[in-house]
Amino acid sequence: MFDVLVKIFKTGCLTEKVPPPDQTVMELGSACQKEIARIFGKSLAIRMVDAGSCNGCELEMHALNNGFYDIERFGIHFVASPRHADLLLVTGPVARHMQAALKGTYDATPNPKLVIAMGDCGADGGEFGVSYASCGAVANVIPVDAVIRGCPPTPLQLMQGILELLRGR
Amino acid sequence: MISHADLGWQSLSPDIDSLVRLFRDAGIPTEVHNTLQGRAKLVTIDPGFWGKAAAVAAANRIRWCAVWGEHCPPQIHIFAALAGRDGHLLLETMVADRQAELPSQTPFFPAANRPERYLQDMFGVRFFDHPDKRRWIRHQAWQEGQYPLLKTFSLAGSPEDMTPPDCLYPFVPVEGEGVYEIPVGPVHAGIIEPGHFRFQAMGEDILSLEEHLGYVHKGIEKCAEGRDVRGLARLAGRVSGDSTVAHTWAACQACEAAVGITLPRRALAIRAILAERERIANHLGDIGACCNDVGFTFAQAQCSRLRELWQRQNSDVFGHRLLMDVVVPGGVSRDLDARQIEVLNKAIEQLRHELQDLLPLLYEYPSLQDRLRATGVLSLKKARSLGVLGFLARASGECWDLRRDAPYGPYDDMVITVPHTLEGDASGRLRIRGDEILVSLDLLEEMLKKLPSGEVRVEFPVVSGDCRGIGLVEGWRGEILAYVHLDAAGAVSRYFPRDPSWLNWPALEAMIEGVIVPDFPLCNKSVNGSYSGHDL
Ligand code: SF4
Repeated sequence: MFDVLVKIFKTGCLTEKVPPPDQTVMELGSACQKEIARIFGKSLAIRMVDAGSCNGCELEMHALNNGFYDIERFGIHFVASPRHADLLLVTGPVARHMQAALKGTYDATPNPKLVIAMGDCGADGGEFGVSYASCGAVANVIPVDAVIRGCPPTPLQLMQGILELLRGR
Repeated sequence: MISHADLGWQSLSPDIDSLVRLFRDAGIPTEVHNTLQGRAKLVTIDPGFWGKAAAVAAANRIRWCAVWGEHCPPQIHIFAALAGRDGHLLLETMVADRQAELPSQTPFFPAANRPERYLQDMFGVRFFDHPDKRRWIRHQAWQEGQYPLLKTFSLAGSPEDMTPPDCLYPFVPVEGEGVYEIPVGPVHAGIIEPGHFRFQAMGEDILSLEEHLGYVHKGIEKCAEGRDVRGLARLAGRVSGDSTVAHTWAACQACEAAVGITLPRRALAIRAILAERERIANHLGDIGACCNDVGFTFAQAQCSRLRELWQRQNSDVFGHRLLMDVVVPGGVSRDLDARQIEVLNKAIEQLRHELQDLLPLLYEYPSLQDRLRATGVLSLKKARSLGVLGFLARASGECWDLRRDAPYGPYDDMVITVPHTLEGDASGRLRIRGDEILVSLDLLEEMLKKLPSGEVRVEFPVVSGDCRGIGLVEGWRGEILAYVHLDAAGAVSRYFPRDPSWLNWPALEAMIEGVIVPDFPLCNKSVNGSYSGHDL
């Protein structure tokens, strides 16, 4: 236990320490928070759906939760069920084997809902395109409100993309 | 720690020349060919001996690695990769595409079970004595009797507007009073890839787990056909995004072997620097995530912090946080200057320093270890029979590592330490991964110190004729195999990447019996198979 405390103490609080990049995180995050307050009340609940991704996009989504970005402090959090979600963050070209599951997840999300297609794959099928096995873009399967390009988009690009979507509402 | 010599499995397996002799002694006519380039020997055998060859190999402690096919009308060529003490042997056989039938290797190597069913679904090959005739990769996106990897099947296929869900996959039922079934997935609760797990449970105890994968099958192999090598490298980098370096390296190694070019040592060293950085990033992330799955968020906070710093440096020095597209055919797209080397060295030193605090703490912390020890045990015997790979195998005492056992540049002139243990539980896996980070840090330091001078890239030559190559790379999950066939115009006519997850997923099923339901996420994370790398 003592060792844990020592390590925590030695690590300190990251969210204040890191200079330039974190400034952007703060600005983006606060701006998101303002928009979230305007549209949703206090928080934005995101349900992620991997509809056929290579897992690269998921790694960057995970990064949003690390100490540097810590998006929960801006009222954005990932939830386990689409029934609790305001926003679906969908990755991958939609594999045909995931088409029904994606549609089902969309239908299970209460209205009003937003959908973001994440990554070049979500945007237009990326390297995989449309084929016997892939429906390509997320928009080919469910209505999409915004696209965040990148392969994969960085955590900052993700925050930026979420902000732009909210601002447009 | 038990030394490598004590375990002795590999040293007991024959070298591949002896294996070929053993085949001949067993009355299997073999023909040695040099129509495929790379660090593997190719022999063709008659299809009738396909099963018998597996029997001989299994009896001689050979490791089974992969099976795949290629349609060269009117035949389907089938390849199986076997590993002996000193490297790989590829078996090749041909069957007619109209009546593709072959004995199964599954009775001798359980690892062949799903890959053979994949061949059945994708090529229509019938393995007549296969113990499990169910489909594996095909859900409902194409009809039974259609085979996407035949040349007659177009990339576009003829899908319906709406592919129905695959509700009727015939899971093996467990019956008895009090037994209940838990279906999980394909959409999971966390930020992870999709797949389906079917548990049979009684109270809290899991009686059995059956995996149903294939949800993210997006036609990677078919997509590769017709690409040039650069396009292939980009695609290979997206077979499994967490292993982008290793998969791209394996695919490029196969192409480079096929056309017979040798890379400058500096290019190889930088590739290995990228690969070790990828290993470290993934181990860091997963160590944190495993601890998080048992509620030890301290470790998650620390590891995700270290991972983020590492990824930021990837972006600063190599231009991409996950290192995508830095490995290219003929070398790498980025060189390192003196300042960058210094920055990298500093980060190595820092990370090592941090881990000196963190790892001993995690290895011994009682409330964490209480959950990890004896959870999800994979015995050495089981690991061997399933042919599992990478850290998963090494945590169960089976310690293959291509960097040491079938070395490729730049590892061929380095001494590679391979951490291993016999524990086989979630704790052992965590410790092996921690130790592997430390080994990788040492390797990075050594490579940066001895970085050869010269070019980092050579021109990929114009292909002068039909050629085939094999790539073999030790990714962070384990051995990655890539087979590439280029046609006379230099276009890809076949690409097959075998992610280690093919062999590691069945281990999750094996280790889960008797585990309680709440420990499943931990076990799953401690294996961390790739869905995308498996589903293709
Ligand atoms: S956009 Fe890139 S990282 Fe994301 S799923 Fe597609 S290939 Fe992977």
